[in-house]
Amino acid sequence: MKFNRILGAGLFATASLLPMFAQAADDTIKVGVLHSLSGTMAISETTLKDTVLMMVDDINKKGGLLGKKVEAVVVDPASNWPLFAEKAQELLEKEKVAAVFGCWTSVSRKSVLPVFEKMNGLLFYPVQYEGEESSRNVFYTGAAPNQQAIPAVDYLMSKDGGEVKRWVLAGTDYVYPRTTNKILEAYLKSKGVKAEDIMINYTPFGHSDWQTIVADIKKFGAAGKKTAVVSTINGDANVPFYKELANQGIKADQIPVVAFSVGEEELAGIDTKNLVGHLAAWNYFQSVKSPENTAFIKQWQTFIKNPKRVTNDPMEATYIGFKMWTQAVSQAGTTNVDAVRQAMYGQKVKNLTGGTAVMNTNHHLSKPVFIGEIQADGQLQTVWKTKDVIKADAWSPFIPESAKLTADWTYPWVCGNCTEPKFK
Amino acid sequence: MKMLKLVLALLALILVTPAHAADDDFVLRVHALNGESYSDKIEAAEALAALGDGRAAPVLEALADGRLGITPDGTVLIEQDGVYLDPLSGQAVQATGFDAITVNNRVRGVARGAAARLALFSPDVEARRAAMESIMAAGSDDAAEMVRTALAKETDSGIKTMMAATLANLDLVSTDPARRLAAINTLSDSNDPQIRSRLENLLESETDPAVKQAADKMLSGMTFRLGLIDFGANLFQGLSLGSVLLLAAIGLAVTFGVMGVINMAHGEMIMLGAYTAYAVQQFFRAALPPDLIDFYLVAALPAAFLVTALVGIALERGVIRFLYGRPLETMLATWGISLVLQQVVRQIFGATNMEVANPAWMTGGWELAGGFTLTYNRVVIIFFCLAVLGGLAALLRYSSFGLSMRAVTQNRPMASAMGIPTGRVDALTFGLGSGIAGIAGVALSQIGNVSPNLGQGYIVDSFMVVVFGGVGSLWGTLVGALSLGLVNKFLEPYAGAMLGKILVLVFIILFIQKRPRGLFALKGRSVES
Repeated sequence: MKFNRILGAGLFATASLLPMFAQAADDTIKVGVLHSLSGTMAISETTLKDTVLMMVDDINKKGGLLGKKVEAVVVDPASNWPLFAEKAQELLEKEKVAAVFGCWTSVSRKSVLPVFEKMNGLLFYPVQYEGEESSRNVFYTGAAPNQQAIPAVDYLMSKDGGEVKRWVLAGTDYVYPRTTNKILEAYLKSKGVKAEDIMINYTPFGHSDWQTIVADIKKFGAAGKKTAVVSTINGDANVPFYKELANQGIKADQIPVVAFSVGEEELAGIDTKNLVGHLAAWNYFQSVKSPENTAFIKQWQTFIKNPKRVTNDPMEATYIGFKMWTQAVSQAGTTNVDAVRQAMYGQKVKNLTGGTAVMNTNHHLSKPVFIGEIQADGQLQTVWKTKDVIKADAWSPFIPESAKLTADWTYPWVCGNCTEPKFK
Repeated sequence: MKMLKLVLALLALILVTPAHAADDDFVLRVHALNGESYSDKIEAAEALAALGDGRAAPVLEALADGRLGITPDGTVLIEQDGVYLDPLSGQAVQATGFDAITVNNRVRGVARGAAARLALFSPDVEARRAAMESIMAAGSDDAAEMVRTALAKETDSGIKTMMAATLANLDLVSTDPARRLAAINTLSDSNDPQIRSRLENLLESETDPAVKQAADKMLSGMTFRLGLIDFGANLFQGLSLGSVLLLAAIGLAVTFGVMGVINMAHGEMIMLGAYTAYAVQQFFRAALPPDLIDFYLVAALPAAFLVTALVGIALERGVIRFLYGRPLETMLATWGISLVLQQVVRQIFGATNMEVANPAWMTGGWELAGGFTLTYNRVVIIFFCLAVLGGLAALLRYSSFGLSMRAVTQNRPMASAMGIPTGRVDALTFGLGSGIAGIAGVALSQIGNVSPNLGQGYIVDSFMVVVFGGVGSLWGTLVGALSLGLVNKFLEPYAGAMLGKILVLVFIILFIQKRPRGLFALKGRSVES
């Protein structure tokens, strides 16, 4: 154990002192892919592994990066949170990867965070999450709550969304839904929604019997005020939830459900005929028409050899993250983490849905937000979108403790969670 | 402005060609539904409804359902069961292309409401009933005038009652105390939770003593009835959860209960059954006429039984029979097998969820009083699981295979001495248990998701049921599953899903401390050893 740590520290020291030597030794640039390929999260993460492989394949076809071939090192952390940290260590220490693309659940990200910070690695995290974090070693390309949850609630409160007055916040019992709901509850209250008009409900992972909860939602919605459900229900629990909703006859024009974890990929596993009109909020929909998106969908379906395979938001986030990293590396002329990090700030990549995503100094993106309604063919049809891109808040202004904090990794702040700049 | 111009143009049309004016106007307004923005579409839907033309109702319904579309040459058509209809004549027409007009929830709501209001005057009783149901479900006040007019013309007593209730519901907030009182009297035996909340609001501000008294009386009666309905709903939900647990556990009751094999791969048998259902569904979709798709489940049952039974027999012959009497090794080996099976399925079908659709006869539910819905899929599953249990019990009790099975379980050396081929019986028993898990998988694919992880969600619950009910006792499995389901569902409203689950687990642990053999302990030599 101790020996390992010394060895790790030694390697770290060598790597940071002589970065050029470490990489000049071979003619490939390695990137790590840290997504679960087995276990409960394989269902979502396998797709992202394939997306990175597609991007690597693509860049090699175009002549590689800095004149070198890019090589993807795929490891399987098997949906096992401590194993994520071990595999991250392996990628950084043994494989000496230039950057890692990976993680889905917040708990897996929290598990690898100390490893990346200790060894000064670079992680690109492509999933929408609860915010309240900004690490020097992580670039967050998924949505923060103000790029997904808040606009969705705003839409439902608007005339087009049905002027919702009563809210059910239903989620799976872990950190992402709990934090998001905390932010949403504070936000709704700031908009004048009374406590008795908010119902919060948590269920275990993989919850399969939704009868009571759906019946409760129905009862809650019978109070004569327009009611909506904001769902942060994650993963496998969604299918039985939507089936129960449909069978108990909850129609989208009576009680709409807006989901933050249900995209095209999840919908492909559900019969959506009875769910038409329920909503989802993301930064990307497959149905958005743009030349970039058409090309991306075609590239993906060719790569995966399945003409029916759908694309989704975390895939776009992976795409943007990978593109930004390659641009930053080209600009810095090296894969050295500190140089690449510096080059990342202000880096721009065209969104697949039009407009441009920009990397901010809080390590989060500025992206557009889309609200879509589920269609009978399992696609999401845009019913509302932001006029412009929205800059992610790493720290939510609606939680008092975090409202004070600033994340800015450039001078004079150079900090992820400070109340004042480090260098004044 | 746009509307005004349209109206002027229409007026001009009417003056010139009075005979066709109404038709032209209708077509024009139908066309306007293909507006630029959602607000344009809403405006157009309202304009179309304002014509009071009965032909507008199917058009608006089609718009709400996303079945109204536009052809490349700009004609608006209704799609119905694969046939394109002309909105004006209602005749089937040929279409070269069809682009559905997109709508959002707001357009949908307006279109549905407008369609329902138009249908109130339809000559067809069923159409009027459906319209009233839709108006009551929407619970908005804008239909009041229409309903009042329609009530005067209505002949059907059932619809009349519905209309009176809708109007009374509105009168609850009337300024005239006599009307409020009359409304309370009309609604006195309603079980609608929506009316209860209106009544509660009324009571808060009511000043008239007579109305107050009537409302108080009505509210207490309603609260009592809704309490009863709640109890009934909990009972049904508990039975339904119990039946799901039972289905998942019956197979295990055979392999673990009867044979004593700790089969950690039991959940994967359920998963394989669900995937078989998916495969059969895909086959039906691809190769058979579309009207047969509703019966794919019937074909999936034997297929799933066969597939999983064969996998089970292979497992028993290939691995488990070498490990009899070594529970720890069996547990580890079957756990390993479960991981292998999961990964194999992931390789073949991919890691994502597979879509298994409910057939039409299992979709939706039967809306009972007080917002309580009996969902068809759960009702079917309750009966199905009882049938499976009954079938299994009969097999064990009356068939010669059942007899040898029981003989082997109770006393293996003696059974062997009597000439029963214990090895074959073992293999078949394991196959039977696995096969039952397979058909359970078909049923569970109707309420849950079909993914490689499906089995893991059920394995713990299955063991819980079998251990709680009493190892080796089918009767115990039944009582165990149903009581766990009921306890869980009666706890959930108070404790929440998370705490409810924990409490049930704690309860079982304590129970096992007191009665290590479960509810119905089997007496026999094999159990002692």
